[in-house]
Amino acid sequence: LVARLPEPTFRLPREKPPPRPRPPTRWEQFARLKGIRRRKRTSLVWDEQAKEWRRRWGYKRAGGDPARAWLAEVPAGADPEEDQFARLRREKRERVARNELNRLRNLARAHRAGAAGPAAPLHPTGHQSREELGHVARVARVSTASLGRFQPRLPKEPAEPPSRNGGRKRRFEPLLGNLAAERSRQLELLRDMGSKKPVLDITRAVNKQLRQEEAEAAAAKGKKQSQRGKRGRRQQRVGRSGKKSGARRQQQRPAGSGTGGR
Amino acid sequence: LIQYYRKPKTKRAKRFLEKREPKLKENTKNAMLIKGGNANLTVTEVLKDIYAVKKPFAVLYKKKNITRPFEDQTSLEFFSKKSDCSLFLFGSHNKKRPNNLIIGRMFDYHVLDMVELGIEKFVSLKDLKNSKCPEGTKPMLIFAGDMFDVNEEYRRLKSLLIDFFRGPTVPSIRLAGLEYVLHFTAVDGKIYMRSYKVLLKKSGCKIPRIELEEMGPSLDLVMRRTHLASDDLYKLSLKQPKALKPKKKKNISHDVFGTTYGRIHMQKQDLAKLQTRKMKGLKKRPADKSAEDGGVSPKKSKSA
Repeated sequence: LVARLPEPTFRLPREKPPPRPRPPTRWEQFARLKGIRRRKRTSLVWDEQAKEWRRRWGYKRAGGDPARAWLAEVPAGADPEEDQFARLRREKRERVARNELNRLRNLARAHRAGAAGPAAPLHPTGHQSREELGHVARVARVSTASLGRFQPRLPKEPAEPPSRNGGRKRRFEPLLGNLAAERSRQLELLRDMGSKKPVLDITRAVNKQLRQEEAEAAAAKGKKQSQRGKRGRRQQRVGRSGKKSGARRQQQRPAGSGTGGR
Repeated sequence: LIQYYRKPKTKRAKRFLEKREPKLKENTKNAMLIKGGNANLTVTEVLKDIYAVKKPFAVLYKKKNITRPFEDQTSLEFFSKKSDCSLFLFGSHNKKRPNNLIIGRMFDYHVLDMVELGIEKFVSLKDLKNSKCPEGTKPMLIFAGDMFDVNEEYRRLKSLLIDFFRGPTVPSIRLAGLEYVLHFTAVDGKIYMRSYKVLLKKSGCKIPRIELEEMGPSLDLVMRRTHLASDDLYKLSLKQPKALKPKKKKNISHDVFGTTYGRIHMQKQDLAKLQTRKMKGLKKRPADKSAEDGGVSPKKSKSA
């Protein structure tokens, strides 16, 4: 005799915070843009040699044990003196290393995105780390109406170092500093003014813009668009035609920019 | 961060880590029962009894740990991280605070709430000689006394006690398995905890007659210090992910008593042409229609 319990109304705190969705990896972004779907693979493959169904990889795999492979063919354009077995082993090591590198890169990207995203709330008293406190203090300082310019510093607080990405307009270099750098900068400027080639490569800029728009459109339309393979391929075609139009535009532009620059 | 770049090498290790990571639907909360540097017999017995009630979702540490939870919480957090327990019960004894019990819970391996209770009277499981209910029974919790609704500290203590003794969350329960009742009363600044076993006796009708027999640990507690989480941290811990919210169906609503109401949208109907139930006797016969005004109906004339 079983009774069905009603939905709980009394709210109790969770054990751990809810899981945050991890940002997509480089491949996942590309696949979403192109409309590539994941194809489910069969776990068993037919092995002609053994005439039975063997697993795709692992113990007793379909292609035979790779450690016992006694023959390694020399490919068509390769050096006859080269050790093929050593080459296979080296290539496998390189593949594994590349895979690991990409995995770590994806992790680093995700970590950076996560850290830049929703700021983690300050831990309860006694559990803040030094970096956390520093970060929060910096944020608090900059949250004034004048962005922290007139905030007095504490006796031992170090002066704010000039930010690495100051931006072109906020870089205050001294007037009579580096004479050599100033000279080279002026000469470069004259050279760019005198050259016939436009400073801004229109083709590249247009292509970049088109690709960005494509990516935005794909992301905005969501999974529906990218799920159907045909649509994905259609986007590819749009991209290609875009490049052509960009090239066409380039033929018209230099005439205009040439006269405009002077 | 190590858990991200160091992949587990065995499937077992992977399962272990997956069990501990934050999930949408969480695991049952585990409790760790710790003895302080100077725990006396009473406190040890209390911890052992609570462990028996909370098995298998509890860990009883055998050795004494010289820490003061109210001053330094790092040691508790370390234990919580190692054993993946989010509830704890710390027992100690000294001259200033005799027979001390600190009950608390964690959020993200940091202390959320802590309440210090003093044991005034304790009757253990083995003092009451009667049959007990099986291990791992889900208890029914009853809270009596308006202090649990009025006072903020008592409200948090109620939430903490529910969290502690709840056990696994289940959608349906076997009625014969409801054997254990924990009753908390807050009266005169004291909290009385009593445990009863439910005996189902034969009665005349289908529903059995219920008798409560006292068994299990009974405690008389008095609240001492508290360390409650700030409001925003508590609200953060209560936050549930959106995916867990039940999907709302349009045009269906429920009321408090469990009745489901539905709404149907109809077009405008011509009430004259409404199709009601067919009653053969009232059907208009063609002879009746012609002889409606005046004239005897053919049926009547026949009988006559």
